[in-house]
Amino acid sequence: MTTVLKALNAALHFCLAEDPGVYFLGEDVLDPYGGAFKVSQGLSTAYADRVIATPISEGGIVGLGVGMALRGLRPVVEIMFGDFITLAMDQLINHAAKMRWMSNDRVRVPLVVRTPMGGRRGYGPTHSQTLEKHLLGAPGLRVIAACTLDDPGGLLQKAVLRDDDPVLFIEHKLMYTRGVLALSDLEEWQAERTDGVYPAYRLRIAGAPAPTITVATYGYMAEMAREAALRLAYQHEVFTELVVYTQLSPFEPEPVLESLRRTGRLLALEEGGRTLGWGAEVLAQAVEGDLGGLRAARVAARDMPIPAAAMLEAQVLPQADDILQAALDLARK
Amino acid sequence: MTYSSDPLELYRQMLRIRRFEETVLDNFPRGLFFGTTHTYIGQEADAVGVLSHLQEGDVVVSNHRCHGHFLAYGGSMHALAAELMGRATGVCGGRGGSQHIQWRDFYASGILGGTLPLATGMALAEKARRSGRLVVAFLGDGALGQGAVYESLNMAALWHLPLLLVLENNRYAQSTPITLNLAGDILARFQAFGIPAEERDTTDVLEIREMAQQAFQAVRAGEGPRALVIHTYRFAPHSKGDDTRDPQEIARYRERDPLPLHASRLDPEAVQKVQAEVEHEVAAAFQRAEGDSAANPASLTPPLGAMS
Ligand SMILES: Cc1ncc(C[n+]2csc(CCOP(=O)(O)OP(=O)(O)O)c2C)c(N)n1
Ligand SMILES: [Mg+2]
Repeated sequence: MTTVLKALNAALHFCLAEDPGVYFLGEDVLDPYGGAFKVSQGLSTAYADRVIATPISEGGIVGLGVGMALRGLRPVVEIMFGDFITLAMDQLINHAAKMRWMSNDRVRVPLVVRTPMGGRRGYGPTHSQTLEKHLLGAPGLRVIAACTLDDPGGLLQKAVLRDDDPVLFIEHKLMYTRGVLALSDLEEWQAERTDGVYPAYRLRIAGAPAPTITVATYGYMAEMAREAALRLAYQHEVFTELVVYTQLSPFEPEPVLESLRRTGRLLALEEGGRTLGWGAEVLAQAVEGDLGGLRAARVAARDMPIPAAAMLEAQVLPQADDILQAALDLARK
Repeated sequence: MTYSSDPLELYRQMLRIRRFEETVLDNFPRGLFFGTTHTYIGQEADAVGVLSHLQEGDVVVSNHRCHGHFLAYGGSMHALAAELMGRATGVCGGRGGSQHIQWRDFYASGILGGTLPLATGMALAEKARRSGRLVVAFLGDGALGQGAVYESLNMAALWHLPLLLVLENNRYAQSTPITLNLAGDILARFQAFGIPAEERDTTDVLEIREMAQQAFQAVRAGEGPRALVIHTYRFAPHSKGDDTRDPQEIARYRERDPLPLHASRLDPEAVQKVQAEVEHEVAAAFQRAEGDSAANPASLTPPLGAMS
């Protein structure tokens, strides 16, 4: 079984081999170091002229990527920690996301910015955050989140080779070492993929009774959601259906609405801060979907910076027990 | 707080940092700490030499590699160890960890470059308040990639702010040698904004102290910002993990280890006594921190305070 790290790395090798317009840029990305999280391992050895170690200039290198993309290349920019995406916010929102539209659709910005988000490693307040919520809903910017399911490498490959618009590609630090789970290998689960370039996945426990809760989630939280779903089923006889998104923005409500029409209960899970985030949008769309009798809840991080100490961090970030408790509460409603 | 210029005390301060950091690295595999860390081993003379000129109330702005700056500033070794271990008694109660330390007039953050506008604003505040205090801001060669650094230099020079910039060029940013990420000259960057700057390639604490003297005087006299560029080297890995630098290069720089360099000028008996005392201090600090209780989740206050 390959890991998410190996899959993403292989996808980048493939992209560089496939298209001479693909460039890879970032801090500390050269071999033998191969990037802080090793996603770029081997790239600079194989494609020395198209893999560029940059100064520590997050705003600069994302802007550089926008310029390269405008002039016909397909750059992939790595931001070492997702926390530093804030330094590139202007380039993403005011430049990358608007160029195509402002030009009356004359130009394209086929740029991918990849970055690892997430905590649970004790890196403290500026190296543990899940910040994508601040970039969701920016018109003209697509936000994609990898997960262990199906084909995370293929997801990245599509963003690099086939997407002509700017993509923010979110990874999670804890996901890298996890195995990639092909849908056909998910023995305990019955899994389906929605149509579309960046699919959503619908998972339910194989052979279980009809689910009564829809769990909407993405990224690393999908791992926690699967574990919670098994505990809920085997220990509490509460059956859930997971809807795992890969495209966070623009948000497409149909996968979650389709499930909700059958369950009527919605639990949105994310590692980002609880209020005004992705889960809030999922709940809002569900309400607007006019399903009748909808009951809903969110599990997310407390609206607080992420502390360094393990005991404190665990209090701020959503834990498996929080998911379990929220689902049990919802099941009783 | 008083800062000694006594050569033996300067040695003690460097040794405190050295032994603290070595103890951190030794204990990481034991799982005593959570997260990551960046040690100051090899660069001790910078913080100790420069900060020996501090006066009560002066402000220090530090970066991710902050342990040495903090200890030289006068921060508690026990509280720093406790912070790294996530103890309630840590400098910031376990919230900040290795890179995010705030105590008295000392501020450190793990975001590179972003601390420079802060330091500039602090200098503006001290000037506005006519406090007579100055701000010392440390930054690494890698941080020179950040645009905010140059915005800060411009404003600090434009408004003659009491800011002393200390650039520690250890020749690498994480795994990247400076030759791969920096164009042009470091000194000239400051000079381009009209900031008088001086550079030395040294690990000699006395030389660094002497070099810093004039800069402190000028900044304190209200002459505006000054910059010191110290070319140095770190002996340990960037953080706790792998090191891709050439071992021969590391060995070469170790020949100018600031500690033996300075110790050779001191009375050997006095040095031995200091070594024993520091050994004891470090052991006691870590032992006490290890015994302290973990940070209490109930201590997490809301991130916004009440309105006054
Ligand atoms: C904005 C930002 N980008 C990237 C990083 C990751 N990072 C931490 S330290 C470091 C290298 C810093 O090099 P330098 O400024 O020379 O300081 P040194 O580590 O050599 O002391 C990098 C890239 C960061 N902390 N903040
Ligand atoms: Mg450096």
